[in-house]
Amino acid sequence: MSTSPEQGIPTQADEFKESAAITAAKAAKHSRRAFLFKLSLALNGAVGAVVAVPILGYLLGPALKKNASYNSWVSLGSISEFPEGETRLVDYRNPTTTVTDGMTGNAACWVRHIEGKQFQVFAINCAHLGCPVRWFPQSRLFLCPCHGGAYYEDGSRASGPPERGLFEYNYTVAGNHLLIEAGSLPTLSTEACNRKKPLIQIEPHAPEGVVAEDARSARSS
Amino acid sequence: MESPKGKKSTSIKLFNWFESRLGLAKPLTEAAQHPTPERSASWWYVFGSAATVLLMLQVVTGILLALVYSPSAGEAWSSLQFLNHNVTLGWFLRAMHGWGSDFMIAIVLIHLVQVFLFGAYKFPRELTWIIGVFLLLLTLGMAFTGQVLRFDQDAYWGLGIGASIVSRIPLAGGPMVHLLLGGPIVGGTTLTRFFALHVFIIPGTLLVLVGLHIWMVLRLGINEWPMPGRIVSKASYVQEYHEATHKDGIPFVPDAAWKDAVFAAAILLSVMACAALLGPIGPTGQPDPTIIQTAPKPDFAFLWLYAVLAYLPPELETPFLFLAPIVVIGGMLLLPLVAGEGEKHWSRRPVAVVMVAVIAVTLGAFTRLGTYTPWSPLMNAWSGDPIPTRYLSGRSPLEREGALVLQNKQCRNCHALGGEGGMRGPALDNIAARMTEDQMIRQVLQGGGNMPAYGKALSPEETRALVSFLMTLRGKDLSPAQDYSRQLTGTSAATQPAVENGARVQ
Repeated sequence: MSTSPEQGIPTQADEFKESAAITAAKAAKHSRRAFLFKLSLALNGAVGAVVAVPILGYLLGPALKKNASYNSWVSLGSISEFPEGETRLVDYRNPTTTVTDGMTGNAACWVRHIEGKQFQVFAINCAHLGCPVRWFPQSRLFLCPCHGGAYYEDGSRASGPPERGLFEYNYTVAGNHLLIEAGSLPTLSTEACNRKKPLIQIEPHAPEGVVAEDARSARSS
Repeated sequence: MESPKGKKSTSIKLFNWFESRLGLAKPLTEAAQHPTPERSASWWYVFGSAATVLLMLQVVTGILLALVYSPSAGEAWSSLQFLNHNVTLGWFLRAMHGWGSDFMIAIVLIHLVQVFLFGAYKFPRELTWIIGVFLLLLTLGMAFTGQVLRFDQDAYWGLGIGASIVSRIPLAGGPMVHLLLGGPIVGGTTLTRFFALHVFIIPGTLLVLVGLHIWMVLRLGINEWPMPGRIVSKASYVQEYHEATHKDGIPFVPDAAWKDAVFAAAILLSVMACAALLGPIGPTGQPDPTIIQTAPKPDFAFLWLYAVLAYLPPELETPFLFLAPIVVIGGMLLLPLVAGEGEKHWSRRPVAVVMVAVIAVTLGAFTRLGTYTPWSPLMNAWSGDPIPTRYLSGRSPLEREGALVLQNKQCRNCHALGGEGGMRGPALDNIAARMTEDQMIRQVLQGGGNMPAYGKALSPEETRALVSFLMTLRGKDLSPAQDYSRQLTGTSAATQPAVENGARVQ
């Protein structure tokens, strides 16, 4: 080791080695103290592990809670506020806000009233990277301003970088009120919606052949 | 009254009182005067010290901003407005901190490229480089967390983007999102944890690592000026460097340090000039998630990433987001361990030079694209950008009706006409020279190639009008696109009238 070129760099390394050797020799004469020192290290290690438990618990707290446990039912208002066949932006207060949240505790969603008690409630957060999508009633599209993700009125993916349709909230109609199950920021792994309900089932009466029919009639006219 | 001599002896006594207790004078003087290779006292070697000086500026201005800033989601944005408008010179301190961070990223990158091209990462300075890689990551970490503390619309949605990226982690995505946000939503606990990162954790680590980085520069000596053919070998380098610096080396202070000092002063003045002339950066709109009329954008240093995420095919995004950083950072960390010996001079390392050029051009191009985001639809183009009158004059009523459809159905959000409108889809000025009527109808109704299908949003009449208008757009009188299969089968009647229309008006 002493011939290694790395040895050429340090000037203090040899001194350090020497003094360490002397210390070790001295310690060897006091094996009881050396043993006690090692014991004290072990004791500190054990105490450190105990201290780490509450620290890790505190740090990991948000991650340990189940996503669904953040959610609760929020009223979006009376059904009469949502005309059939229209899609409207609705603001609500997130049910899980804390005192310091301020305006970030506000939330918004797109409510599509299909007919009767049939709704679709979409998150405003694009399924690509979460930017707020905007509804354009004329072209019946949701467009994302960030990377250009586009969705059809039923929330299914139309084009662009998203790999799936818009996130949907669970909803229920209680009396005359529309309620959604909300509470956490919708992302790919923290969707508000349970996945049991496939998107296609929401609109069972949708005429499937519309695209083809339109194409035919436009050409023949 | 004391004589000057007496005064002097008093100050020497005072100095000695401290020095006998501190014992710092000797090691500090030695460090300052450590021998530097004569040619390394160059203007090329000033970037490391400039980055350190900028870090000091950031620490000082950051502490001053913390005197007023309120790290609460409900108040942060207002406290920045208060700093901008009500606190004496608050705007200037914010501007210096903001521009200082941009300068710091730039200088750190230049320092990195210089060290790479001069082969300074080779033996025995491998660990200096490795720590430098972490310093770069921490600097970028400071830039990102600092952007969050601005807590405006861009910060809010930027955090949403961060959460969306983290949510793509397989299996642990959900818990990781909540860990990042400190709760279920972007809110108060999100801001406080980014505050802790920006003010305590990252700067603390940064200062410790900068200390180690500089300690190693002093201990191992400043890299000598590389010469073609002078090979680094672990067996002989230390001795050669030692002999060279002791034979014709110069003391760092004052012989080499004056250039560092001049450059650092110039950089500080530049930061001040930018701060004074261009003002503080943001905040943009309030971080209210119900205000969706926004097109969030990251700060300059992350524009390239924004562009990459727009251009990657969807199925490649998640693998890219998690594998690319491992490959890039891993590669940078392993570089000195793999290529620790050999040539230092750039003229003998063509691959290194080409790599720097390719990476710089790539990042530059993506950043440039990020400044005008051609992939983003322009949300107001359909109502804000009118169709040029030359595309409307002389058109038939049906064609004009089609122009209205084009406008009303938000086509312009993605398609430009006369240079105005979105750039997500192709400009339509000469669409009829590229597509036949049948192709247009199919494209409009069924979409494809990154375009949504408009089958449900257009009535047959609207489609007919729209396509008849599009058929008049043939640029500078280009010949219309034709379907040659129709000529062969003798059924060209369908396209004929529209072609005549187009020819008439262009």
